Order: sequence, then C-alpha cells, then structure tokens
Amino acid sequence: MASIPTAMGSRSVAQRWLHTLRLALRALRRDWQSGELRVLALALLIAVASVAAVGFFNDRVQQAMERKASELLGADLVIAAPNPIRPELIEAARRQGLQTAALQNFRSVVLAGDAMQLAEVKAAGPGYPLRGALLISDRPFGPARPADGIPNPGQVWVDERLLSALQRQVGDMVELGTGQFRIQQILTDEPDRAGAVFSIAPRVLMNLADVPATGLIQPGSRVEYRQLLAGEPAALAAFRDWAQTRLQVGEKLQGVRDARAELRVALERAQRFLNLAALVSVILAGVGVAIAARRFAARHWDSVAILRCVGATQGVIVRLFALELLALAVLAGMAGLAVGYGAQFGLSEVLGSLLSQADLPAPSWQPLLPALLTGFITLLGFGLPPLLRLRAVPPLRVLRRDLGPVDARLLALYGPAVAATLALLIWQAGEWRLALYVCGGVAGTVVVLALAAWGLVRALGLLRGRVGVAWRFGVANIARRGSGSTVQVVALGLGLMALLMLTLVRAELLANWRASLPADAPNHFLINIQPDEVAGVRAFLHERGLQDVELFPMVRGRLTAINDRAVGPDDYEDSRAKRLVEREFNLSWTDRLQGDNRIVAGRWWQDGDSAMGAASVEKGLAQDLGIALHDTLRFQVAGQPLEAQVTSLRSVEWDSFRANFFVVFPSGVLDRYPATWITSFHLSAGQQTVLADLVRRYPSVTVLDVDALMNKVREIMDRVSTAVEYVFLFTLAAGLIVLYAAIQATQDERRFESAILRTLGARRAVVRRSLLAEFALLGLLAGVLAAAAATLLGYVLASHVFDFAYRWSPWVWLAGGGIGMLGVGLAGLLGARSALNQPPWRALREL
Amino acid sequence: MRVDHEQGTGSGVDPSARLAVNDSANNIMIRVEDLGKQVVSPEGPLVILTAVDFRIGRGERVAVVGASGSGKSTLLGLLAGLDAPSSGRVWLAGVDLGALDEDGRALLRAERVGFVFQSFQLLPGLTALENVMLPLELAGQADARRQAFELLERVGLGARARHYPAQLSGGEQQRVAIARAFAGNPDVLFADEPTGNLDQKTGHRIVELLFALNREQGTTLVLVTHDTELAAYCDRVLELDDGRLSERPPARTAGG
Ligand SMILES: Nc1ncnc2c1ncn2[C@@H]1O[C@H](COP(=O)(O)OP(=O)(O)O)[C@@H](O)[C@H]1O
Ligand SMILES: [Mg+2]
Repeated sequence: MASIPTAMGSRSVAQRWLHTLRLALRALRRDWQSGELRVLALALLIAVASVAAVGFFNDRVQQAMERKASELLGADLVIAAPNPIRPELIEAARRQGLQTAALQNFRSVVLAGDAMQLAEVKAAGPGYPLRGALLISDRPFGPARPADGIPNPGQVWVDERLLSALQRQVGDMVELGTGQFRIQQILTDEPDRAGAVFSIAPRVLMNLADVPATGLIQPGSRVEYRQLLAGEPAALAAFRDWAQTRLQVGEKLQGVRDARAELRVALERAQRFLNLAALVSVILAGVGVAIAARRFAARHWDSVAILRCVGATQGVIVRLFALELLALAVLAGMAGLAVGYGAQFGLSEVLGSLLSQADLPAPSWQPLLPALLTGFITLLGFGLPPLLRLRAVPPLRVLRRDLGPVDARLLALYGPAVAATLALLIWQAGEWRLALYVCGGVAGTVVVLALAAWGLVRALGLLRGRVGVAWRFGVANIARRGSGSTVQVVALGLGLMALLMLTLVRAELLANWRASLPADAPNHFLINIQPDEVAGVRAFLHERGLQDVELFPMVRGRLTAINDRAVGPDDYEDSRAKRLVEREFNLSWTDRLQGDNRIVAGRWWQDGDSAMGAASVEKGLAQDLGIALHDTLRFQVAGQPLEAQVTSLRSVEWDSFRANFFVVFPSGVLDRYPATWITSFHLSAGQQTVLADLVRRYPSVTVLDVDALMNKVREIMDRVSTAVEYVFLFTLAAGLIVLYAAIQATQDERRFESAILRTLGARRAVVRRSLLAEFALLGLLAGVLAAAAATLLGYVLASHVFDFAYRWSPWVWLAGGGIGMLGVGLAGLLGARSALNQPPWRALREL
Repeated sequence: MRVDHEQGTGSGVDPSARLAVNDSANNIMIRVEDLGKQVVSPEGPLVILTAVDFRIGRGERVAVVGASGSGKSTLLGLLAGLDAPSSGRVWLAGVDLGALDEDGRALLRAERVGFVFQSFQLLPGLTALENVMLPLELAGQADARRQAFELLERVGLGARARHYPAQLSGGEQQRVAIARAFAGNPDVLFADEPTGNLDQKTGHRIVELLFALNREQGTTLVLVTHDTELAAYCDRVLELDDGRLSERPPARTAGG
C-alpha cells in the first residue's frame, strides 16, 4: 500500500484508474475477509433482492390483476366503432399475434306471440369471450355453469328478465326481426355485462352468423361494432401504439383501465398499495446502507490517515473507496437479483395456491433494470457520502487518534443522493404524488426524529439518577454518545416506523379499503325512472323491506364552456378528459350533501345559490378538465344553455357503488329540464323475484345488476391484500436489516467498553444490564417517535393518496414503544453476546 | 507440552481451598504452577508460554522483562484472569482462578486488582472523573465521586476532571489510568508497559507516581516493561524468553 501514491505521478490517467481499481479490488478482498464489509453487503443484497422480488412480483401480480380485470371487458383490448371494424385493424391485430373475436350490439324488439319486449341484442362471433366466461343455466334462477362456446345458429340465450317479460320458458320460440330462434339457455352472466352498465333492456345473446337472417341491420341502424383482442402485454402495447394514430372518427380503443370507474379506482388503489410497499423497502435499504457505510468509513479512518501520511492525495482516497464500493455494488447487486428472482418464485408458489385459479403469467425481465439501478443509486447515494468524508481525514490522525474527518458538509453530500433516490422512486412508482408524500414523510420524519432524539438525549443527560451502576451507566451512555445516539435513534426510528407503517397502518389501510365496500353495498341500480313514477317506485321498494332508498334526479348535459372559453375534446391531451368533454354526463340536484361526499374546497349551498346558479363539482373531474373554484361553467342541456358558478369541489367515493354525480346543483336550477330518476339498493341473493315484479310493474324502468362488478372489485381487493401481505415480508426483511445495522453501528465501541468494564471487575450481568438499559431506552425513544411518524404518515396517505377516512389506533403507540423497547433491547444484547462470552483479554487485543 | 487438565481433578481434596489457607498464611499473593498458553493461529498452533512457575509475595514489586513478542502481555492477562490458560494454574490472593467462572473472576478483580495499560484504555465517552469512578461504582462504593476526585487530585489532574480522554495528552491519560487503577485500593496492580507510549521525561513521572502510590497503599506490583531502568526499581526481575521464564537478580535494590 505504501508504494502507491509515489509511483503515481508519471502514469497516464487510464493506467492510474486501472492501478487504483486493482488496489480497490485487493482492499475489497481484505475488507471482506476481515468481515467489515459484510453488513454493508448484506444491506445492499437485501435491498436489491427485495426491490427485485417486489418488482418481479408486482409486475406479475399486476399482470394477473389486469387479466382478472380483462374478464370484465371479455378481452384485454377492444376496438369499438359505429361502423363495421375495418379489416386492416383486425389484420394488424392478428399480425401481432393477438386473438380476436367480433361482437355486434344493437337494440331490437323481441316478439313472442302477442308479447313484445325491447332487448339488448349481442351477436357474438366464435371465440367470444376471450377473457372470462359466459355463465348459463337451464332454468330461471337455476344453478349457473360456465358455457362451452356461444349459442349455436338458430338458438338464443336470454336473460331471465326477458322470459318474465314475455311470459315464456326455456325451449320456446321467439322472433327477432325476420328470424326465428329457440330459447336454449338462461344467460346468467357475461363477462362484459358489468362493463356496459348502461345497457337498458334485457339481454339476448345470439350467434353472429344469424344476424343477416334477421334483416335487422340496415344502413343507418344503430349498431355498436366491437372487436375483442387478447394476447401478450407486449403485443397489445405494440398494437395499441400502432392503432392509436390510425383510428378514424368514431373508432375507439378500450383497455381495462378505461372500464368502469369502480374498477379503475380499485386497480389504481391496488397499484398504490404495491408501490407503497416497494417504495418503503427502497428507502429502508438506503437507510441500511447509509448506516453500514458510516460504520465502514469510521473503521477506515486509521488506514486512511496512514495512506495520507505516506502521500496519497485526496483524489486517490476517493477513487480507491469509490471503486471498492462499485465493485461491491456489482457483486452484491448480482447476488441480490438472483435472490430476488428466486424469492419471487417461491412467493408466487405460495400465492398461487392461496388464490383460486391464479395462473400468474411468467415474470417479465422489465423489473431487472429498476432493481439494479435502485441498488446502485442506493449504494452510491447513501454509501458514498460517508466514504467521501474519508478524504478529509487529517494525516495527523496518525499522531492524534481523536482527530476525525472535519468535513461537515454532510447535507451537501447527501443532497444529490436524496434527489437521485427521489427521482428513482418517482420513476419506479410512476406516481409522483405517492413518491413525494412518502419521501417528504420520510425526510420530515428524519428531521423530527433527529430533533426529538437530540432533545431526549440531552434530557437523559440530566436524568443520571440513582438507579444502580448498570442502569446509570447504560442511560448515561446514551447521553454521552450524543450525536451517535441521535443517529442511532433516527435509524432505529425509521426502521421501526417502516415496520409499523407496514403492519398496523397497512392493516388499517386495507381494512378501510374493504370497509368502503361493505357486504350490504348497493348492488342494483334503477335508472330511467320517470318523474311520475318516483313516488310509486319508492313505495314499492319500501313495501319489500328496502327502506332508506334515496332517489336522485338526473339530467344529462354536456360541458360547453369554462369562464366563457369554449371547450372541446381538442383542448385536452388526456384521453379521459377528451372523453369527458365529448360525452354528456350526469347532472343532478340535491339540497343535502350525500353521506360519502366531502367538500374539499369552497362551501355547500347558501341561500340564493339556487337563483344565482351554483354548482358543486367532483374534484377529479375538476382536475381533469381544469375547472377551479368560482369558475363559471356553461352546459348544454336538452338543447338549452345553463350557466352556473362553481361554489364547491367535492370528493366522491366512486367505488362505493352508490349513485354519484360529477356536477350537482341546488334544487330549482334544473327544474326546467327533463329529468329521469336513479336509485341504488342492496338486494340479497334470495330477493331476486323483487326485480321481476318491479320490471313487470314499471316496464320502462331499467334495472342494472352490478353484483358481478362488485364481486370483481372485491376479488381484486382480496388479491391485493394477499399480495401486499407477501410483498410486505420483503420490506420487513429490509426493515430488520436497518435495525440490525443501527444496532451494529456502535458495536465496536460497546465491545471495547464491555471488555474494559469486565477488566475492571464488572460481572457479566452488570455489563448485560447496562447494555440492556441503553438499548431498551434507545428502542423506547425510537419506537415512540416512530409511532408518531407512522401515524402521521398513515393519516396523510389515507386522506390524500388513498382517499379514505383514517381511523386513529392506539395500538400503533403501544406496539411502537413496546416493540422498540423489547426488540431493540434484546437485539442489542444478542449482538453483544459474543463479546460478553469472550475472555476480555481477547476482546481488548482484537480492537 | 502438557495436555490441558480440568481444574480440581486428580485429588479428592479441593486443592485451592488447602492452598488458599497456605498462601494467605505464607503471604503469597500470586502463585503460578506449570502455566502454559497456546493459541491456534492461521499458521497452526502457536505456543506462547511454556511451563511457567513462580510466586510473588504480598507487597512485592516484580518486573517482568523480555523482548517484544516474548509473551509478557499474555502472562499478565493470565495472572489477572482476563484469559484462560491452556494448562497449569494461577492462584491470585489464594484463590484458584481456574475454579472460578468468568463472573467469579470479575468479582475478584473488582475487589483486588488494578490495571494500567500501555495504550491507556480509557473509555472515550467518559470524562476523566467518570473513568476513575467506574471501578468504585462497580464495587458499589457509596462515595465514588469523592474518592475518584481525591485520586485525580493525587495524580495532579484535579483541574481536568471534566475533560474527556481525547482532550488530554498521553501522559495525562496515563495518569488518569493510574488513578483508575488505584481506585478501590487493589491488592495487586498489573501494569503492562505503562511508559511504552510516552516520552522519557513523562515516562519517568508516571513511574514515580506508580511507585509512590504503590508505597502508600502497600500494593503488590507486577510491572511489564522492557525498560531496564524501570526494572531496576523493582524487588525482583522475571525474564521471559520465547515463552520460558527465568528469574534474574535486579541490577540494584529499589531505592526511593
Ligand atoms: N490471541 C492470539 N492469537 C495469536 N497470537 C497471539 C495471540 N496472543 C498473543 N499472540 C502472540 O504471542 C506472542 C506473545 O504476545 P505478547 O504476550 O503480546 O508479547 P509481549 O507482550 O511480550 O510483546 C506474540 O508473538 C503474539 O503475536
Ligand atoms: Mg505486550
């Protein structure tokens, strides 16, 4: 080592780097053998492994969930158009290797003798449905079984509502246009039924080949043509990219996420949960690396001082350690990837048997790059700063051992690291808001933890009471170590906070999520109720035990201008915004704020609002369309203009399955416009006959059964909950590594102290008690602070990211303090066990 | 090399009990019989000490000399029960160290033994005063602070009581270490090259302090050194040569 720097002068830059690399590799081997790098490597390995496993796993679960959600579309992707789908589109899809199936939807009257009923006809080609299954049964309300294919030519499968409307049975003949068809089966469920909630009339499913025979489709008929597509994600993405720019007017691509709001929201939340788990494990990894690197650096002060003494420049020192770190990153990163990949397989195994028919798709290699990058950035970002400080170790340390590095610009050094990690998190999560909240939360927590820890450490200094030498020594030690203790409390606090977040707060979040869709959530909607039927329908439902059913008026309108500026689809980039402006959406009026709505800006109605024309807008719509509080909106309703000023923004629980509206007005504003009424209620499985009665009594009222949709949403919730539990295991491992690293951080000092104490005649029990006192107290401080941070972050996440009401739980505090005290105390003791059982002479010699 | 043997084997009577009586009666502070130490190093077994036998009487001042690496520190560690021998036995103040467990030896050290090291070994997180208080507190003494402060004054560092080791010079740190070693009135004081890290003048002062305190308290002193001048202050000189011990007469009788 002593010969390096002197020989450096005359070499080329490349040679110099090569030479340093050789030295770095040698140093890596030596440090590895002396065990100093192992904690650092372990932290890194777990970091990369957990990020990789979470990444691989999230990727697969997400694919699986999208596939699940695909069942609601009956496909992965749908091309919809008012005209026959152009063959070039279908051919392009086939060229990508996608499966296809054709559908035509139209309305027609079904005749049976004298009886007739308007029906929603779906004519399906072979292969339908590409995702999910048709459920049929032999008789009304009979047991359902999956269908094998589609109706044969000449046959139809119909909804039981059609049978009761026509007074017919299975086996009877019905007429559709000029065609005659035999009713072969009752159609109990179709995958895309939920996706098309605004289907008005009972369903008839027929074979596409029979359509010409009915003569129903003429030029100018209203038909929706749909081409269902399914296949590998890459092929789908390629097709989407290709098709997007070639779509003609009226042609639309519908993916899983364009499906119902309930489902979109559920999927978004699902992704957020998984991302949250991944985010937290990245942050934990960073903290673990930072602590381990700090210790690694501190143990190298002496050798750096000697290197500086024999003439090594600061540049040489930095290069040497940077290269050593890089080499370590490569090795540990690779090992981490392998472990993560393997772990992910075990995970899917377990999950596969837990979830019914969960054939998870094979993992894609996409998560590899983020995982490796995460590893490098975490190691360099959090590991390099303390090592960079090494260049500031004064050579004089050789003579005066108390001299450490004097570079105090630690913040400046960590700054880029934190920024890089933040960028990485945002990229990985794809959600800047979640990433910012979590990062902001963690950064804020660090500051608060540091301040509080510093204060508490100070306070402990005053508390050197009369509690026996062991306790006094232990407690006083915390105060004596000052900044070291503060760092330790912060690290322990962060580790514990992550664990609390992931156990209690996660459980809370998941429970809240499920509670937002209780078992008695409305599963049926009635729409198209005419104003003169409102009282009758309410009474009808009341008689059948359905109390508290609220009916809402509904007027369809299109937004035409914001603050006198006309708006159209071309004004928006976002496809959802485009659709929203294109379409009419539902307006309503009410004097009472709905139970699950919350005012997030502005105020609820005041006197005079009705005359002035006030409106309350859903915040998501406002965000998408760029509507602000106090803006003036102009709508086109039934051909007439309507103006109103935005007096409040509301949050709405779209996945609550209750009727909800983008825009509501005070009563009176919409009086001039034609309205229909809408309501929703819960009907249990045994009450299905109520529907038949209702349809008979009010033939023009449309019943929408969203039970299937709700079950899909529930299933997604269950899957996500299970997945999060498993992803959590990896984050737990990362959290434990942080705790381990934090405890290890002062282990050298403690070994030395306990050796000295025992040399001076302390029994092991005394040393043990003092260690226990110190660690338990550190753990208690960290645990209580962690509980505070976890509660706050949980609250912020619940209310601003996940959108539920957060329930405060006292358990977080108890668990935080208790686990902190017991866990850290015991872990500290365990860590010191080897030093305690060794003869003190040996410990002193080794240090 | 003899095979390790368990303490207490080969005799129906507890030999330590018998010898304890004898040692106290004969004023023997340290008795070493056939002591051997062997460690396993990466290059294979390494014999550090072989068949070491000697006695040290109460109040005697004994120098252990020898070349660096001859096994002096190892011997000291064994005498204080800080490490376990591979063979042979050590009686300290009449108690067989091999018959005690770790904690028993720790208690014995707390009551009877003091230490001074070449590299001071003060706890960096404790002030000078707290370092000196430590053995007193461990022994459960009520007025640890007062006693410690008196000792610090005695070594001339009363004004530096609140300083941390890093703020003291080497000589000052060693004086704190000496104060700590004498705290609790030990019967035996072990010093491992106490002047090894100090300049000659400071080393002199340290030695004078050590011997002065030794006289005041009547402590038995075992002093490891390779400084022949320092050895000359002692009553006896034991020489280690490659793990074997021999006694040689002191150059001159210890004076003041
Ligand atoms: N635990 C150990 N493992 C390996 N070698 C040891 C150990 N303890 C001492 N030694 C070796 O034993 C020899 C004597 O050491 P020591 O007692 O420290 O000598 P002295 O104090 O006389 O300089 C040295 O060569 C040293 O390297
Ligand atoms: Mg030595």
